[in-house]
Amino acid sequence: MRRVTPFLAGLLFGLGLCLSGMTNAAKVLGFLDVAGLWDPSLAFVMVGAIAVAFVGFRAARARGRTLAGGPLELPASSAIDVRLIGGSLLFGVGWGLVGLCPGPAIADIGFLDRRAALFVVAMAAGMAFFSVLPAIRPTASATAALEDG
Amino acid sequence: MTIDWTHFAPLPALAGGALVGLAAAWLILQDGRILGASGLLGGLIPPRSGDWRWRAEAILGLIVAPFVAHFAFQTASPAIAAAPATLIAGGLMVGFGTRLANGCTSGHGVCGLARLSPRSLAATLTFMTAGFATVFVVRHVI
Repeated sequence: MRRVTPFLAGLLFGLGLCLSGMTNAAKVLGFLDVAGLWDPSLAFVMVGAIAVAFVGFRAARARGRTLAGGPLELPASSAIDVRLIGGSLLFGVGWGLVGLCPGPAIADIGFLDRRAALFVVAMAAGMAFFSVLPAIRPTASATAALEDG
Repeated sequence: MTIDWTHFAPLPALAGGALVGLAAAWLILQDGRILGASGLLGGLIPPRSGDWRWRAEAILGLIVAPFVAHFAFQTASPAIAAAPATLIAGGLMVGFGTRLANGCTSGHGVCGLARLSPRSLAATLTFMTAGFATVFVVRHVI
């Protein structure tokens, strides 16, 4: 079962995104448009996801190990710094421009959508640009195994 | 504030969210890993030996999902309206920004908040605010 865990987690993640409406960029923009005709549906995605994940993380933390006895790779950083805020700002602007965050963008490739594919290529390029910037790379690679997500 | 009652669908959103939460809970309990889309992809650029395979498998699962969803329930098309230049600019910002902040909607917004992490709360409040502000400017100012 463990062998197929990452694939099934990705599949379940994607199914949730499809069912919830997160893969629909127009719906995401409708959620972000508080001043217009506002569709608050997607707030419920966060509620459902956090409620279930909360139980999972509590159980994992209580055990201190995975079900098979392996180590938990939980994020080590608790810093609220310029990188966190600056990066999140940049991400939020890009999200608001297109209506796609990373998970739904990748899943939308499965709809054989060309615009999604172009967005994901640009997103990967942005990540590649980050990984070759020597000024910011050291801390990133040092914490790579313990990233927030 | 005017609510868009025609498109308001809280139940699929709640159920879909629960599936996302289940995926995150399963990955941490089975594999000890955080389910974060930007981290999954970013960790492949460049790929590291002994670390790339699970990421590729999770991403494959994510891409296969719409095919399965097509038979399991009714799904809306991606409905991406942005022009190519906007897609490129937005994609670059999302890619670079999520690596700099070490997480996105799934890593910080779902897993981080579920872990009650103040750092992830700060990230989530920031990208949500930036998203609301950007749509406001694009739709009501420009």
